[in-house]
Amino acid sequence: MTKSSFSNIQPEFLALIDDTKCVRCKRCIQNCGWGTYSFGGDKIIADHYKCVACGRCYTYCPEDAISVVKNPTVMRENANWHDYHIKNIWKQSEISGIIISGMGTPLKYKKYFDHMLLDACQVTNPSIDPLREPMELRTFLGKKPSKLELDFTEDGEPILKNPMPPQIELQTPFIFAPMSYGSISLNAQKAMALAAKALGIVMNIGEGGLHDDLVPFGKHIIVQVASGRFGVHRDYLNSGIAVEIKIGQGAKPGIGGHLPGEKIGMDISRTRMIPLGTDAISPAPHHDIYSIEDLRQLIFAIKEATDYKKPVSVKVAAVHNIAAIVSGIVRAGADIVYIDGFTGGTGAAPAIVRDNTGIPIELALAQVDERLRQEGIRNEASLIAAGSIRSSADAVKAIALGADAVAIGTAALVVMGCHVCGKCHTGNCSWGITTQRSELVRRLDPEVYGERLYNLITAWSHEIMEVLGSMGVNSIESLRGSRERLRGVELTDSELQVLGIKHAGL
Amino acid sequence: MLKNEEELVITIDAKGMYYKELNKMIKDGIGAGEKKFFIENVNGQYYLGDGIQGDDIIITINGVPGNDLGVFMDGPTIIVNNDAQDNIGNTMNAGKIVIKGNAGDVVGYGMRGGRIYIAGDAGYRIGIHMKGYIEQIPVIIIGGKVGSFFGEYMAGGIMILLGLNISDEIAGDYFGVGMHGGVIYLKKKIDFSKYSKEVEFSEADDNDMVVLKKYLLEYANDLNLHYDEIISGVFYKISPSSARPYAHLYAS
Repeated sequence: MTKSSFSNIQPEFLALIDDTKCVRCKRCIQNCGWGTYSFGGDKIIADHYKCVACGRCYTYCPEDAISVVKNPTVMRENANWHDYHIKNIWKQSEISGIIISGMGTPLKYKKYFDHMLLDACQVTNPSIDPLREPMELRTFLGKKPSKLELDFTEDGEPILKNPMPPQIELQTPFIFAPMSYGSISLNAQKAMALAAKALGIVMNIGEGGLHDDLVPFGKHIIVQVASGRFGVHRDYLNSGIAVEIKIGQGAKPGIGGHLPGEKIGMDISRTRMIPLGTDAISPAPHHDIYSIEDLRQLIFAIKEATDYKKPVSVKVAAVHNIAAIVSGIVRAGADIVYIDGFTGGTGAAPAIVRDNTGIPIELALAQVDERLRQEGIRNEASLIAAGSIRSSADAVKAIALGADAVAIGTAALVVMGCHVCGKCHTGNCSWGITTQRSELVRRLDPEVYGERLYNLITAWSHEIMEVLGSMGVNSIESLRGSRERLRGVELTDSELQVLGIKHAGL
Repeated sequence: MLKNEEELVITIDAKGMYYKELNKMIKDGIGAGEKKFFIENVNGQYYLGDGIQGDDIIITINGVPGNDLGVFMDGPTIIVNNDAQDNIGNTMNAGKIVIKGNAGDVVGYGMRGGRIYIAGDAGYRIGIHMKGYIEQIPVIIIGGKVGSFFGEYMAGGIMILLGLNISDEIAGDYFGVGMHGGVIYLKKKIDFSKYSKEVEFSEADDNDMVVLKKYLLEYANDLNLHYDEIISGVFYKISPSSARPYAHLYAS
């Protein structure tokens, strides 16, 4: 929106150029996916209305001549009538329509990970030095038998009587969260595929089909079946290490997906196996799933199609009654349940849903783990926790609350340069992540960012080893669901009860 | 399991058999190079033909197969001599399913290719989110009437609703709701109040008749019906008014 189309909404940011430093190299013009900059004959001119503070221009300005600042003239402060509400009212009154936004909610909700502290050993129980002693982070996702029955060979060697259900082996308890080709660029997916392979973990390709270039990474890929069934066919189901049925997403529980027609170019059309230029609509529900029994039907349709060789995961958003929902999913035959908290990211969602629907992953996870244990079915499925895991500390706390592994989406995009500007849905991402514009996509080098993703997960894994050592355990398995190792601070009795942890000091 | 050496047909008696066992038997047979299967006494077994591949494979079924018949199927032909249940041809990629009786709800969900020919009636949400991709054109033909949400979210392919021997309305409400691709042909008009906002109505032209003739001839042959009676008269065409029906709803 520019000044010429009259609007009450003033620019949120100012892109300021120091003309004395600027050498007129015009790199900012080229780098900005939003068209903020133009050349005015003797200097660079900025249209502040277009700036989203994605950080690309000043990162790539060779002279440090650009600063993007919050517009100081914005609005009179009002804790009730926050500018978020006022601007949305203006926007909707000027152009009508549902407000769409990208990424997880920017609103200030309590982050429970920030109110939990970890235990450590002192005197009576020895800590372990992870640099010099073995430390196990390997994680297996899938159904575990409730008991092991053994036969013995003639040589007296024990062998399993019944075959082990299929498992995903992770060298460290992280996976890359589902993000489809279409919502993100192919280069962004490739960066994750390269990193997943190097790390011995997996990525999830989301619901947009499997691009040919990713086929060789099959052992490190979870393929997804969502309500749009994009690119889903027999070979697709068998091309990855596991299949995930996507029911919901933390950022938009109960809402379908919608990739607008103008983004369905040749390559995306081929990967999703849909006609060029039509909207790729994922209906809100799967129209073959109206009950737990129907979910079971799809789970086993997939198991039949994959000869019972692939674990089937079911992804749901964390909502009210999530414990009962997950119990039903496990009983329906899922091998893995992926729970996405309400602060999880999205390529596009109605802001009303993103900012107001669902529950925090910490509370959901604690309740689900507790419920499955009470019902004696915790071994029947592994749990993946997601919904803005921002650090290895968040990951450790999620695992102590009951997760088998965590998924990172936004954090992986941040590695690729994402500044969480929340404009993924526009397709103009200057970093080449959430765009299909070839001139923007090609600036994202999969090898460079694959290596940085590798670095991040390796660093986080070392940090997890450090904390495990400090807690005196030598395996991530020993921490899993061990809520005794967590204490709450600044939490109410109800919050502590839901989380199943004691207050610090107790 | 019996094998008729002359006709090279594998006969399986499915009585009392669990679907897992039955499907494994079919898959093992296909793996061993068998092409023709005759399965009798089928009674509600799920997933028959789930994910099987091979254009020359023909499975004939006596009895009523259960849900998800031909789900993820990629090439074979399944002929059902009786009624069939829900989710026929779910996310099917190629092949043909012929139902000589009636079908349940959600036929051809997310179907990308192949044909489903139903002699009788079908239930709700037929052809929901049917696609179509380059040379793959999924086709569903229904001989009788259907329930509501026919062609919901339809993104590609062809559906033909004949309403043969039906005196009252041949479709339920919300006809073509969210349709943004593909085409639906009707042999009988339905009440205009039933069409969704997203579709346009017209009479089939000569080009449409070429398409109709091609598929209806095969349909009539497969179901032993009189082609001349089916193809006679006027056909009506329902197409989406936009490939982007919901674009106007959003502000970014």
